[in-house]
Amino acid sequence: MKQFVFISGKGGTGKSTVVASLAKYVSNKALADADVDAPNLHILLEHEVVEKTPFQGAKIAKIDQSKCIHCHKGYEVCRFDAISKDDVINPLKCEGCGACLLVCPVNAITLHEELTGHVYQSNLNGEHFTHALLAIGAEGSGKLVTEVKKKVKELINKEDYLLVDGSPGIGCVVIASITGADACVIVTEATKSGLSDLKRVQQVADHFGIKTLVCINKYDLNNDVTKRIEEYCKSQNVAIIGKIPFEPLIMKALQQLKTPMEDDRLEHIKNEIISLWDNLIKETK
Amino acid sequence: MKIAITSTGTDIKSLLEKKFGRAEFFIIADTESNEYKVIDNKAAMEAGGAGIQAGQTIINESAIALITGNVGPNALRVLTSGDVAIYRGQSVSIEENITLYKKGELQQINTAGEAHFGMK
Amino acid sequence: MKIAVLSGKGGTGKTTISASLAYSLRNSQYVDCDVEEPNGNIFLKASLTEREVVTVLNPVVNDDLCTGCGACQQACQFNAIVVINKKVMIFDNICHSCGACKIACPTGAISEVPREIGVIESNSSNTFMQGKLNLNEPLTVPVILQLKRKMNKHGNVIIDSAPGASCTVVSTIEDSDYCVLVTEPTPFGLHDLKIAIDLVKQLKLPFGVVINKAMDSDKSIQSFCKKENIDVLMELPYSKEIAQNYSKGILPVQYSKHYKDEFIKLLATIKERII
Repeated sequence: MKQFVFISGKGGTGKSTVVASLAKYVSNKALADADVDAPNLHILLEHEVVEKTPFQGAKIAKIDQSKCIHCHKGYEVCRFDAISKDDVINPLKCEGCGACLLVCPVNAITLHEELTGHVYQSNLNGEHFTHALLAIGAEGSGKLVTEVKKKVKELINKEDYLLVDGSPGIGCVVIASITGADACVIVTEATKSGLSDLKRVQQVADHFGIKTLVCINKYDLNNDVTKRIEEYCKSQNVAIIGKIPFEPLIMKALQQLKTPMEDDRLEHIKNEIISLWDNLIKETK
Repeated sequence: MKIAITSTGTDIKSLLEKKFGRAEFFIIADTESNEYKVIDNKAAMEAGGAGIQAGQTIINESAIALITGNVGPNALRVLTSGDVAIYRGQSVSIEENITLYKKGELQQINTAGEAHFGMK
Repeated sequence: MKIAVLSGKGGTGKTTISASLAYSLRNSQYVDCDVEEPNGNIFLKASLTEREVVTVLNPVVNDDLCTGCGACQQACQFNAIVVINKKVMIFDNICHSCGACKIACPTGAISEVPREIGVIESNSSNTFMQGKLNLNEPLTVPVILQLKRKMNKHGNVIIDSAPGASCTVVSTIEDSDYCVLVTEPTPFGLHDLKIAIDLVKQLKLPFGVVINKAMDSDKSIQSFCKKENIDVLMELPYSKEIAQNYSKGILPVQYSKHYKDEFIKLLATIKERII
């Protein structure tokens, strides 16, 4: 089984559209959406949720108001501004550090595991698909990503491929999504910010010894930037496996909940996706 | 002598795991008796500091060497202070890595890879 | 007034909208709180001459007083401290600077020293300010809190938030007068807009929606907002021209009078909503 993870550095480059398209094209695979902050694959891909599991990925403090003597020691010691002057904890700001319970003279404060999201296990036309959603203002998305990938790996049996829609950015969440990958595909776009974010995320993947490949989306938006992306990839010995043009009809297809693979007007995009897949297989043989 | 190897599975036929802190399993093998045991890496699901906790687990198991892929600077500091030698394993089974270790064919790691600062 | 611009999903045009607002509002201050990827200055091109470091407090151990009891390790919820052979090791890069270890230490062996984690840069007239987190640093919130302390207390401030609905975004937007939620007319955009709406509602902040890349073929955002009684403040059309200029670091308000007027109108609408 080969695991391919799609990442982007910058948000909104078209990563999920590429993954959803491949999900329609590639057979004998499993799928995981590791973009837990803003999961999007489940919107485009018709699926049936088989199991929904709550996930506790962080701790927060709770004050037992019946015990609290309002000495304000917790308020004074909290460096995250998470305890109000009337001794109420703001769960959105609590980091779960436990400093307040160390100073509480009456043991009114305890740390509790907090629900930080849900993991979904779904059936996608007979194939496994796991996804998740992080709770609002929650911490611990890296752990949730690890959980989504763990879940799909438990289910995998004879599949040839595992496709993972990774997280944007360069931080810990991305690292959690790319670990264990046979290759990661960076979907970038031909803009100034696209190029700078590509460089940073490529360094992250490189550090973990994971083979990286690049797909340039909207490559004809700015030929100058595209050229610089190509030069950069060449200098890093990274293959460019796909170039997708700027195409307003892609957005129109998405609006009808269709991937480019299911839209007759997007034959040229479909061919690009297929050739991207062929190149990906070739490069990872 | 006991050595620890990061593993993708629960027996010595499993492949080496390249991650250290977030490896799912550690295999602790006795190089003389050839016996081994598997331990779950509880640090794998920690929010942050997985490498540090995992390092402490290895030290508590009294391993004198660790075979893995990459270790971050935090894990390196812990392992070094506990006198654990670190070796870069190869992408083969645990069993084969142990053999390579015994033959002295694994490269020792003295510097850390880049830290990835835990999970937020 | 303090206007925060945010979006559930990345890449919807949050920076385009916030930088355009700042560009259109005289004497306003633009504050880039997307401290992992601050890119407002690609468009606003301020000359960043002022610099102030952001520090957090990290513990240090006085070995003369330390007994190696391990209370600090037990108190630390972030695994940033281990005690091996009675010797304390502290890992600054995962320390959350909460001070719990110092409280827990029975012998007073722990004190705290500042450590640089990022920087705040601004121009000499202080109309542009951005926070930048150093590479390999996990804590964004201290940078944001310092930015907010330095922010103009009076006058107009436009805040560019990080995307998503994390604690970072909460710190960025919580005391603003108004939130502008930027989205795009795709099922993805709508889905992530709902996440952003949940967040601002939880924080009880007044808000309205700007639809970027608006197209006639999809009115899902408009009908959702209508149903939920949410203000749609402006629609910026989907256009290759805007995208091309964006790719070069040029805002719509910087090359078109029409868009400049649109943003001035948007500012007027927001002002009405605040009063």
